[in-house]
Amino acid sequence: MSHKQPSMRTPLSRVRFLGSAHSGTDHFWKQRVTAVALVPLTVIFVFIVIGLLGRNHAAAAQILGSPFVAITIMLFVIASAYHMWLGMQVIIEDYVHSDLKLTLIMCNTFFCFVIGLSCLYALVKLSFGV
Amino acid sequence: MAHTRRAVERPLSPHLGIYRPTLTMTMSIVHRITGAALFFGTLLMAWWLLAAASGPTAYAKVQAFTGSIFGMLILFGYTWALIHHMLGGVRHLIWDTGRGFGPAEREWLTLATLVGSVGLTILIWIIGILFMGGSR
Repeated sequence: MSHKQPSMRTPLSRVRFLGSAHSGTDHFWKQRVTAVALVPLTVIFVFIVIGLLGRNHAAAAQILGSPFVAITIMLFVIASAYHMWLGMQVIIEDYVHSDLKLTLIMCNTFFCFVIGLSCLYALVKLSFGV
Repeated sequence: MAHTRRAVERPLSPHLGIYRPTLTMTMSIVHRITGAALFFGTLLMAWWLLAAASGPTAYAKVQAFTGSIFGMLILFGYTWALIHHMLGGVRHLIWDTGRGFGPAEREWLTLATLVGSVGLTILIWIIGILFMGGSR
């Protein structure tokens, strides 16, 4: 080996249990993956919203239910809900140090699922016209 | 003294209050604030999509809100928060690769996200108003 090993522990044993939280860089990585996905999705989403400005309900519902628009907004919703779930958890962990912390982290999860599922339900309904 | 077991006055690591405010620091705080704002802003998106799925009456209520002065202010802030958080996110992704940390680089990167977000927000609204024909 060319470089000096700082301890007797092998790199494998250090990463095997993924640190004290046992999840390694999972949270960090998912935040980044959703962030990268959201860059193009946000741009397309803004253009879709501009295209819907001032239209009446029938026209808006038809556009929102078309395959490209519905799928793009669904992807935007999924990536956003996941991204904000992770992001708000970090904010709570940074500022709340009382017993309230666990409650807020739970509320954060519920909020993100409710928002995500509501938007997806609406888009599915618009797409299939039930 | 009232407290018999007084906490030992150990030195603390310097925190926000001790530093001179810098642009990168301010934009870091703004990134978090816009992120939190967008978190709650999704309520508006959910309301809008559910209204579109519900019918003309519900959709008219959303349009009445987004057409009001208060609603437009909220939407303008929403647009800026979205664009600023996106550009700030891109800057963080660049920093994640280990690039852009030089004294000059980090300053202009940060300034670019601020100027870019304000510029793009105004541009989006100009396009939006033109698209609507100036009135609703």
